[in-house]
Order: sequence, then structure tokens, then C-alpha cells
Amino acid sequence: MFAAENGLRGDPRLQGISKAIRVVPDFPIPGIMFQDITTLLLDHKAFKDTVDIFVDRYRDMGISVVAGIEARGFVFGPSIALAIGAKFVPLRKPNKLPGEVISEAYVLEYGTDRLEMHVGAIEPGERALVIDDLVATGGTLSAAVRLLERMGAEVVECACVVGLPEVRVRLVVASSLLHLCKMALGLKLLLLLDKSSQFHITGTTQT
Amino acid sequence: MASADVKAQDPRIAGISSAIRVIPDFPKPGIMFQDITTLLLDTKAFRDTIDLFVERYKDKNISVVAGIEARGFIFGPPIALAIGAKFVPMRKPKKLPGEVISEEYSLEYGKDVMEMHVGAVQAGERALIVDDLVATGGTLSAAIRLLERVGVHVVECACVIELPELKGRERLGEKPLFVLVS
Repeated sequence: MFAAENGLRGDPRLQGISKAIRVVPDFPIPGIMFQDITTLLLDHKAFKDTVDIFVDRYRDMGISVVAGIEARGFVFGPSIALAIGAKFVPLRKPNKLPGEVISEAYVLEYGTDRLEMHVGAIEPGERALVIDDLVATGGTLSAAVRLLERMGAEVVECACVVGLPEVRVRLVVASSLLHLCKMALGLKLLLLLDKSSQFHITGTTQT
Repeated sequence: MASADVKAQDPRIAGISSAIRVIPDFPKPGIMFQDITTLLLDTKAFRDTIDLFVERYKDKNISVVAGIEARGFIFGPPIALAIGAKFVPMRKPKKLPGEVISEEYSLEYGKDVMEMHVGAVQAGERALIVDDLVATGGTLSAAIRLLERVGVHVVECACVIELPELKGRERLGEKPLFVLVS
């Protein structure tokens, strides 16, 4: 699941990328250690390295669609799409896309939200990559995958810069949260960085 | 007003223009919405869009590309990466996690607020502001004010599309505006 497992162990670029990401405590609510990628975007070399690592991995996989999740997926997705010759499809919050859409609900900690995609953006049989900056529970990525599959695309992989299991979970063991994350997707997930050891645990721990 | 010298339009512009879809009555009746998502599906036209901006800005010593949420996030980063600049997202309220400065701006009905992270840019830097479209110029003006408040020199605003009848160019005053499709 992580870059190290996918043959990127020791890639010297990963260290610079990791260092460029700022952790902001207690955002958006107390207890969350927010992985802020905006500082990565200020480091031209680290930002370029991030895109290059994804491009190196995906350029020969026959991917014709890069789907980016609003809004931070928009920051990484288009550059990857341009480099691998794929189209870019934005997956958006409700009522943003102007044309006919399909939508998919997903669960938040409290309540639900919806993700939308334009009808006709992709054709059945296309091979797709889903991009977001960060994965926590995998709920948003799962909704993205369902949208693409409903339109007949094959989702080759989901790719995120950072993997961070949801911190506001009542019971926690690091490895089980990662497993939860994988199960939520049921498919291949590539994460450049594993930040699971940096989350702040609330509630009881269970061995 | 005397007309400007007629320049040959770059041959790539036609493909870019025809890749943009117009959606009538969105978000409300009477508005002809310029939808750039179809441009993003046309790999050549999207590539050409970025190339046209990069060609214009790569030798202008720009160290900051500021992109306006959310469609400015699609065009800004590829430009920033190609010209060696950093990318700074200008966001709706409460999205940026760190300390921010904010700027209020007017909408057709009411107001909104735009935010930028403190410390993202330094006084004296040269910046480009990117969005998909300029209409009244209200959003771009707010972005200019945010950057100028911290001592950044805004070299130009760049958009894929301009709606000239909404007079955004006038609202930007002396600040140059460059667009591909008018």
C-alpha cells in the first residue's frame, strides 16, 4: 500500500516530500493532527518530485483518465494527467458541476456528503487513476471509485500523497486502522507517505 | 477607442475555445456558464492552454503562482511547476489550516471572503494570479489585495476565459490581465 511496499523504498525524494508537509495540530477540530500539503506546494523541488514519482509509476499503465477529488486533488491531478497524456476529470461537491451529473453519497463522521461527476466525462472501458492529497477512512476515495465504476471505467489505483487513518475513531491500533483503510477501498491504494504513527489518539486503545 | 493592432491569433486558441462547453441557465436562468471541464478532457487543448501561459511567464521572474479555489487549482499548479514557481492556494474561509489573512469581496448579492496562509509569500516576490475565468473581476481583485498587503508585486492576472461585458478588466484597473479566450 505504501510507496516503500511498492518498490519505492529508499527513493531519496520521499524524505524531502515528507519534510515539506506541515502538521497543524487541532485542525479542523481538537485531536486531529492535520497534514497540511500547502507547504509542500511552496517547495518547488518537493512538489515536482511528488508529481514525478506518480508520473513515473503511471505513465506506462494505459491510464486515460485521472480523476481528482475537490479541492486538493485538483492540485496534484492535472499535472499528472498532462504528463501521462490522460484527461483530467474533477470530482466535485454537489451543485458545482454545471452539466448533467451522477452522484454518490459517502459517510462523514457526522452525516453524509455527496461527490459528483459529469455524465459523459469518461467512456466505458477507460482505465482510471483517482488522486487526492490525503486518505483517512477512505470514504471519499470509495465514493470516487463507485462513480467511475458506475460509468464503466476500470479504476487501476487510488493514489494519495499521505495516508492518515481517521483519528477520531473510538478504538485504535495503528495497524488495524490501516487495514480498515484498505478494506474500505478493496483495491489498490498507493500512498507516498505513511503518517499513521503521527496521529493523536482519542479514546481507549485496544491491543 | 482606437483598436489595437491586429495580431494573428495563436493557432492553438481555436482548439482551446472550441473545447469549452457553454451551459445555459447555470447556476441560474440567464447565465451562459463557460464550462472548462470539457477542455480538461481534450488532452491537446489542455496541454496547449498550459503551454500558452508557460511561454508567456517563464522568463518573467515569477516566483509565486496564486490559484483561486477551486478551478484556479487546476491551471495554476502545472504553470507553477513549469516556470519554477511555488503554488499558493487562495481559498474560501476555514479551509486553510494554518494562520491566514483574509480579504472580503463583493458578490452580486452579498459578500464572500478569500484567505491566504501567512508566510506563504515574502515581500518583494513577483506573483501571477490564475483562475479559469474572469467576470466582474471581484475575485481577482481580492486576490491582488491579499498579495499586495504582504508586499508582493502582482505582475499579471491570467485566465483562460474573459467575459468582457462584465468589465472585469476595468475593475482590475492598472493591473494587467491576460486571457486566452474572450
